[in-house]
Amino acid sequence: MAGKRKIRVLVAKPGLDGHDRGAKIIARGFRDAGFEVIYTGLHQSPEQIVEAAIQEDVDVIGLSSLAGAHNHLFREVLKLLKDKGAEDIPVFGGGIIPDEDIPKLKADGIREIFTPGTKVEDVVKWVEENIHPGS
Amino acid sequence: MWDKDELRRLEGKRKAWDKSYREELKRCPERLKRFSTVSDQEIKALYTPSDIAGLDFENDLGFPGEFPYTRGVHTSMYRGRLWTMRMFSGLGSARDTNERFHYLLKHGETGLSIAFDMPTLMGYDSDHPMSRGEVGKCGVAIDSLADMEVLFDGIPMDKVTTSMTINPPASIMLAMYITVAEKQGVRRDQIGGTIQNDMLKEFIAQKTFMLPPKPSMRIIVDTIEFCTKEVPRWNTISISGYHIREAGSTAVQELAFTLADGIAYVQAAIERGLNVDDFAPRLSFFFNAHIDFFEEIAKYRAARRIWARVMKERFHAKDPRSWMLRFHTQTAGCSLTAQQPYNNVVRTAYEALSAVLGGTQSLHTNSLDEVLALPSEHSVTIALRTQQILAEETGVGNTIDPLAGSYFVEALTNKMEAQAMEYIERIDEMGGIIEAIERGYPQGEIANAAYDYQKQVDDGEKVIVGVNKYVSEKETPIETLKIDETVEIKQVERLKALKKSRNNNAVSRALNGLRKAAEGDENLMPYIINVVKEYGTEQEICDVFREVFGTYRDPGMF
Repeated sequence: MAGKRKIRVLVAKPGLDGHDRGAKIIARGFRDAGFEVIYTGLHQSPEQIVEAAIQEDVDVIGLSSLAGAHNHLFREVLKLLKDKGAEDIPVFGGGIIPDEDIPKLKADGIREIFTPGTKVEDVVKWVEENIHPGS
Repeated sequence: MWDKDELRRLEGKRKAWDKSYREELKRCPERLKRFSTVSDQEIKALYTPSDIAGLDFENDLGFPGEFPYTRGVHTSMYRGRLWTMRMFSGLGSARDTNERFHYLLKHGETGLSIAFDMPTLMGYDSDHPMSRGEVGKCGVAIDSLADMEVLFDGIPMDKVTTSMTINPPASIMLAMYITVAEKQGVRRDQIGGTIQNDMLKEFIAQKTFMLPPKPSMRIIVDTIEFCTKEVPRWNTISISGYHIREAGSTAVQELAFTLADGIAYVQAAIERGLNVDDFAPRLSFFFNAHIDFFEEIAKYRAARRIWARVMKERFHAKDPRSWMLRFHTQTAGCSLTAQQPYNNVVRTAYEALSAVLGGTQSLHTNSLDEVLALPSEHSVTIALRTQQILAEETGVGNTIDPLAGSYFVEALTNKMEAQAMEYIERIDEMGGIIEAIERGYPQGEIANAAYDYQKQVDDGEKVIVGVNKYVSEKETPIETLKIDETVEIKQVERLKALKKSRNNNAVSRALNGLRKAAEGDENLMPYIINVVKEYGTEQEICDVFREVFGTYRDPGMF
């Protein structure tokens, strides 16, 4: 990674769900891995998340959802990114996401979904392998 | 409990045993580098009388139903009456949940417990933009009195007790409950139940917040004051450690922060001018039953002892009912795994056993599929049966507090009490829990504990069967409950129709009355009831609160 700048990641909690244990652990794991982390805090609308991602010029967005609204919220984030011409920012997700929703979300453009039981280092590894920040 | 000479003699024998233990380890080393609880509390190989040498039977344990209640709050405990089997449920529309309630009552459940959807929990109606995709998803959607009427259709509100797990809009749900009961011909003083109404743990852990801490406290004290006078059988706050634990705290942090929250509520109500013995008997608690068996039992026992002493010595309560820590328990959602989900039945059974051995007053057992979705009817039945087997087959309720006197359990109870008191003293030094929350202190302690635990799991130092050990190559998928996506559309239509058919002038008048009261310092409950009666919606009431008091933003620390 020498010479390259740090990966900038936005960890976001869309919607009303307050389960932030996972998002915070991931955010901290990213920071310990040397990423620059921006955490939105809770109760963010898709609009607020997309705006933060563009403003902070992040390389990737991680969305966390544990209360069943992922199908709507994740797609809304993708749609708004596209509307703003920022669809080049990859989006991954995590949380309680039923197996049958995963292929559909991926087909719609969510790059990866991490479900309960995933090791923090595996998420870090995925980001390192798949996100290549420009200089 | 032992005389000094006897203790000294035993101590000598103990040292000799330690030596043989070390000899034994040379042949066969310990299988772990360190033995510790799920909260990382180190546990010794053996506990003997010297570990509880200072324990005084009467002062530290006492008899069941007597100060300091270490052995339980009731004199006869489960020999008289079993704990209440209270399964938390709520899904989709009010009609769907009403059907689930009828089903549970028919199968022997003895108390209802409502799970609300996220918009209802956060004070938004089903038609608000933030509600999109969330209506009816993780509980029932309640927008107005009309929904509450459907929810309790055919359920005799003088016969059941109901627990409502809701916080910022707790006062509104209570107002709706009272109003529906009165329509059934049941008086306020006949209904019984609980609102969670514990905002402090929301700022600390669960994060369902609306108003800043201080106005939140005002509304909570309004409900305490109102119920003390008018709804005497209502439990006004369920002071909750459950969510603190689910957010990743240790058992001691759960204990300490919950009791610190309790102290703050008692303090605030006294400052309002209420007599401690008038309201304290209606405060109840809600703890987590996590997977580390003995640690949990010790936690409940320590909680009762600390609370009894705090109420008697710090707040000078005279009524023994004010000293009693009565609590509900839910098995730990965060201990369940998506992998090999049938294992969750076993985990839940052990956790339920710890709650019962710890003397709980009521219990919710999680369903095996709750880590994946809202539980199906089939899995809820297994979870309820788990409690019934515990109650009626295992014999654990035959005698009271059967683990008392165990050198280990008593030593652990003492240790957790001391550790929790250290936290409580630190919080007192900061000026109380509200100040501590504003500084991010409990939030930071919990985040550290959650991160440390995750590292231990990732490193395999803490085992989760099916996740980081004994992993199955092939998982058999289980069928989970799906919430009909049309619930949201139907609920929004229902709300629209309501807003057309009600008397909108009367709603505005009632809302204006509420606003004036909120700007002043009157008790808000009668004004909330006025709005509810006119079919004003939950959000219309919350919007008044948000305008008058402002909103709380998550500082987003990690």
